[in-house]
Amino acid sequence: MSIFPYMLGSQPVYGDTPRTLQTPNLFQAINSALDHALRTDERTLVFGEDVAFGGVFRCSMNLAKDFGSERVFNTPLSEQGIVGFAIGCAAQGMKPIAEIQFADYVYPAFDQLVNEAAKWRYREGATGGNIGGMVVRMPCGSVGHGALYHSQSPESLFTHIPGLRIVMPRSPAQAKGLLLASIACNDPVLFLEPKVLYRAAVEQVPMEAYELPLSQAEVVKEGKEVTIVSYGQPLYLCSSAIAAAEKDFGISIELVDLRTLYPWDRETVLQSVQKTGRAIVVHESMVNAGVGAEVAATIQEGAFLRLEAPVQRLGGWATHMGLVFERFNIPDATRIYDAIKRTVEY
Amino acid sequence: MASSVHFPGAVNSKFTTDLAFEQPSTHPAMPTYRVMDSDGIIVDESRKPSDISNEEILKWYKNMLTGTGPPAIVSIMDLIMFDAQRQGRLSFYMVSAGEEGIAIGSASALFPKDVIFCQYRETGVFQQRGFALSDFMNQLFANGKDNGKGRNMPVHYGSSKLNIHTISSTLATQIPQAAGAAYALKIQALQNPNMVPRIVACYFGEGAASEGDFHAALNIAATRSCPVVFICRNNGYAISTPTLEQYRGDGIASRGIGYGIDTIRVDGNDIFAVREVTKEARRMALENGGKPILIEAMSYRVSHHSTSDDSFAYRAKVEVEDWKRRDNPITRLRKWMEHQGLWDDEMEKEARSQIRKDVLKAFAQAEKEKRAPLRDMFTDVYEDLSEESKVQMKELGRLLDEYPGEYDVSEFEGGRKGLDEPAEQ
Repeated sequence: MSIFPYMLGSQPVYGDTPRTLQTPNLFQAINSALDHALRTDERTLVFGEDVAFGGVFRCSMNLAKDFGSERVFNTPLSEQGIVGFAIGCAAQGMKPIAEIQFADYVYPAFDQLVNEAAKWRYREGATGGNIGGMVVRMPCGSVGHGALYHSQSPESLFTHIPGLRIVMPRSPAQAKGLLLASIACNDPVLFLEPKVLYRAAVEQVPMEAYELPLSQAEVVKEGKEVTIVSYGQPLYLCSSAIAAAEKDFGISIELVDLRTLYPWDRETVLQSVQKTGRAIVVHESMVNAGVGAEVAATIQEGAFLRLEAPVQRLGGWATHMGLVFERFNIPDATRIYDAIKRTVEY
Repeated sequence: MASSVHFPGAVNSKFTTDLAFEQPSTHPAMPTYRVMDSDGIIVDESRKPSDISNEEILKWYKNMLTGTGPPAIVSIMDLIMFDAQRQGRLSFYMVSAGEEGIAIGSASALFPKDVIFCQYRETGVFQQRGFALSDFMNQLFANGKDNGKGRNMPVHYGSSKLNIHTISSTLATQIPQAAGAAYALKIQALQNPNMVPRIVACYFGEGAASEGDFHAALNIAATRSCPVVFICRNNGYAISTPTLEQYRGDGIASRGIGYGIDTIRVDGNDIFAVREVTKEARRMALENGGKPILIEAMSYRVSHHSTSDDSFAYRAKVEVEDWKRRDNPITRLRKWMEHQGLWDDEMEKEARSQIRKDVLKAFAQAEKEKRAPLRDMFTDVYEDLSEESKVQMKELGRLLDEYPGEYDVSEFEGGRKGLDEPAEQ
């Protein structure tokens, strides 16, 4: 295994053009994308709670200094206000990038996201009005000590909502390319950033701007006997479990990163399962009505005759994130290894 | 000895040894500004409207008659549409009797390029800005010519041409959006000095002002100095809930002060006062880089909440009749026009008959139109159809083909074919 716990073997997919590479961590990659968006398009605004001094996770460092307090600023502490304000900015042709300080606190903005942002283009209809310029960023996921209100990963509450695009990057290079694509996209995007990776994940990232496609999964590692579908932080756990299982069982396992969780790339997943005949879906948030349920049902519909074993769903148990219980709650490499074993032995 | 230590949260506060809680009841209620009394007499001649032509005033009056109508005689469009709903020709309707003065008076003071967010009882705003009778009727009948493509319930109008965002049923969500839109206008004016400065006007009711979005909006608009005029229509009722059960403070106006926002209360039945207040609010909103203004316009909802509501289940008919008799914005303006010799019974009769004819004509035309094609059920969810939507459109098509007797597609443009994606350009 790599000495960096948060590095995957695959090469980033930003093309063959020669690039000036740096090795930032994830928050620096986000910062670089925001910097680019502010620099190249005067319609871009960046705001949220404590954003001006750099943000509690440092993603907006130096932006207020470089681009001025009219374009990068603090808002009052009100998530519904922040998202409502962002929608209004976008409706008037700006490109607001709003930050919700923790995904755990997005719920006051649920109405604005579900009833307003998602439905805006649909209800405007022939007027052509839309809020495609809006991106809402939020750190999500566990870090080991976040407990009930600093660990949540609420993506599946939003993958139920047509009109929103839900994106979660796994690494610095992915984060930069996907965030720039989200900013360029003419649909509202919720961009969930696994906060445990902000400092932990380091990889080579081009300094220049580049976009990675939305709604396109990536086969991070090819394999023949099992497909594992995941996204965000658990991909690294999958990677460790795969290394061990491949050695122990003499098989090869394919790892797919969904990257965009809605509307998601069904074709890549189905193609992979058509090849392997076995599938496991892994995510950190609770398993009940999670992203895994949709993926598993889609596999059942699209690859039924090819399946050698039931599709397994690994997620957090259907409980809350109790402070001292975290490592038993979310899937770890052992659970993933165990799922591979049971799938192969089925 | 310093009389204060400048706590950051209230820098101008002085120390006191008087242990006294502020008691709202000891503060006088904020006054209600007016220009004209309920008999149509200008109460302060120096405040007489001087910048409006009689022609303009007659247009307001006809707009009020058309869109909403005097409650004493009942409106024209309101009456026709209300009846149409009762006959099952329309799914739903909301009248705005009693609040025409607020809508038309305020809209008359805005610039065409100003951006507007409405709630759902501002028919007069649309009318004053030039939304045609056919536009109203196409939306009400949810036909294929409706901007909303038949997706929204009736009265959810919208027009990019008139700079009015499409109405959503969720209350108060438009208020923080208005703050954001105003901030966008402010930044755009800063970035492009040739641009004529614009404001956002945002309408909502006193019930909506209980939602968190209202408070979030006023606070963020104040901290970001957004050029937005918040216009609260306080009509006394949120469906059935009277203001006494909605709040205990001095109306909605008192809240503006708490957020550091310049605020005024105005007699919503006095169209001259509403216009003057809005005009001044617009000017102030653009001063010194911009700031929000709150207007609380007082009125009485003489109509039911909507066609789904029978308000006599929660308020006495006599209360409503009293209000209709006592005061309403249309009869007030009519009295003023009669005092000026601009209007008489004959003109009233003629105007009503003409408006009724026009409304019925637009009504008949809109009712005949086809629905938008079936594919518009799926379009505009995203900028482009998603792979999932394309698959689902095919699946729905398969069902329609398999069970043609179960689904009548004849009223939709193109029938069954209207579900197919248009050929690639």
